[in-house]
Amino acid sequence: MKLSKEIHKELYLKMNQTREFEETAARLFVEGKVHGTAHFCIGEEATGVGVCSALEVEDYILQTHRGHNQGIGKNMDINKMMAEFRGKATGYCKGKGGCMHIADFSVGSLGANGVVGGGLPIATGAALKQKYNKEKNITVCFFGDGASNEGAFHESLNLASVWKLPVLFVCTNNLYGMSTPVSKSMNIEDISIRAASYGIKGIALDGNDVVNIYEETLKAKEYILENGPMLMVLNTYRWMGHSKSDAQIYRTKDEVKEWKEKCPIKQHKKFILENKIMTEDELVAIGKQAVEDIEKAVEFAENSPEPRIEDIFDDVYA
Amino acid sequence: MREITYAQAINEAMSEEMRREKNLIFMGEDIGLYGGAFGVSKGMFEEFGPERILDTPITELAITGCAAGASMTGLRTIVEIMFSDFMTLAMEQLANQAAKNRFQFGGQGSVPMVLRAPGGSGTGAAAQHSQSLEAWVAHVPGLKVVIPSTPADAKGLLKASIRDDNPVVFLEQKLLYRVKGEVPDLDEDFIIPLGKADIKREGKDVTIITYGRMVQRCIKVAEEFAKDGVEIEVVDIRTLVPLDKETLISSAKKTGKVLVVHEACQTGGFGGELVSVVVESDAFFYLDAPVKRLGGLDVPIPYNPGLEALVVPTEEKITAAIKDLL
Repeated sequence: MKLSKEIHKELYLKMNQTREFEETAARLFVEGKVHGTAHFCIGEEATGVGVCSALEVEDYILQTHRGHNQGIGKNMDINKMMAEFRGKATGYCKGKGGCMHIADFSVGSLGANGVVGGGLPIATGAALKQKYNKEKNITVCFFGDGASNEGAFHESLNLASVWKLPVLFVCTNNLYGMSTPVSKSMNIEDISIRAASYGIKGIALDGNDVVNIYEETLKAKEYILENGPMLMVLNTYRWMGHSKSDAQIYRTKDEVKEWKEKCPIKQHKKFILENKIMTEDELVAIGKQAVEDIEKAVEFAENSPEPRIEDIFDDVYA
Repeated sequence: MREITYAQAINEAMSEEMRREKNLIFMGEDIGLYGGAFGVSKGMFEEFGPERILDTPITELAITGCAAGASMTGLRTIVEIMFSDFMTLAMEQLANQAAKNRFQFGGQGSVPMVLRAPGGSGTGAAAQHSQSLEAWVAHVPGLKVVIPSTPADAKGLLKASIRDDNPVVFLEQKLLYRVKGEVPDLDEDFIIPLGKADIKREGKDVTIITYGRMVQRCIKVAEEFAKDGVEIEVVDIRTLVPLDKETLISSAKKTGKVLVVHEACQTGGFGGELVSVVVESDAFFYLDAPVKRLGGLDVPIPYNPGLEALVVPTEEKITAAIKDLL
């Protein structure tokens, strides 16, 4: 499979937008402009961007609490994401959800989740609806290595398997559940072997190789529509702490440094230049565009109104 | 009017709605050919087939989340949880996901699902199959909570619940499944709106506010008092959320004496909420005696039949409470 220049452009732009979004978000914390918390996916950009860019708008995704890459990958509006992060009335959740709950039903995002593993059962339902209506689309459920130890993981993979539901279960293995390393939370090294327990296919990929992730997602979709659910494990690394309040005493600086060498954006850049898909100048221009997009989003959020207490009961009930 | 059982009424409500709404599906454990643990769904698998009547593995968390996900994306769903005690296994998806999604997503999507589950003691099934957990779910904004006490209410309220665009927890009463009562003929439009209490017996001297299985018991006690000229009004709230406060308050004003009765453990039970509705309103100024509350004992439901019968409000305890008020 040879991806078009357009696709490479899209992937490279979205990964840069994600990186810029998060670095800016981290800065806003330091400036005291944000109330609450955020979970950054810097270093994991290729996972959400690679998978979601290969989907159609009618394919659903369930996002995680660390899911800005997934949202940007699925073409969510960055202005509304930033406004929600700032708790503004113009945000995706009218300032009531924060970035742990961003959702955009119009592009197929059924929401990020604050509960580890919380999206897995919901994904089976969205896929059941797709199957019931004989749609040619799938539901992609993102979750982390930590969630694969939750009951929701086992129940959902089992249900999806016995009902042959069109779900792609995407496990972003970033090696830590908050501070606890994977080696202390499970007795296996390759999470994808868990698929065998449910009689479904499981694969493990380099989670920092956006091109391969994109291609494998296209193949997975085809496989799933024919055969039922599949588990895809993307092995990657979380550069930042778990959340803004993490002093990271549980890992070494060398380990972080080693993973930074494997930066997904750098890898993609190298691939593009080596294969002469774009020039250095073109890539610099894309990087610049990402910075401008995020600057605009920050401005949009800054100038947006706060939500009003008068509207607090809106949307508790339909 | 014809008489059918509470279980048949629930079956009719689901079947009529499934005939009317092709996007309505029903899932649960052993609800297909087997017809459900209490036989409520008998015949539905034969009529609607395996695509709409989905037998599930024993997997309450996944069933509940699956229903929420299907409902968020365009289907309508009914879930049967075999015993309401097993809502404990489904609670994460019910309370954190189904109940909150619309609010936390800024009004995007809705979750039109009904979670049906039988509760209550009296079957000798002991502590893990006999609880009355309505207060837990009534405490979560985003959920509606219904507990019908008669076959007619069960049918009309379930049809309304299925047509509601919110997650509704529909708590059935195991001991009422075989009880018969008058129900209107097969009719698509027999709907009882949520949020309307029903005065099951009119009276002027004392108000009993109750729901579920305790309604019939309170009516029986009221009939005994009527022989002595004391007329008790029995108010069946029917839906805990939304709650018809006006009917409670106006009955309390009329009689000036209020007793709240429910089977669930008294401490932290929904009775405390019902008492508060009365005493925080202007009905307070009409009260001739302190409002009384009678719930189950604060113990797990025991196995022995003699003990089991005595840990929930009995006719004797209700009678004694009324005498205290008089």
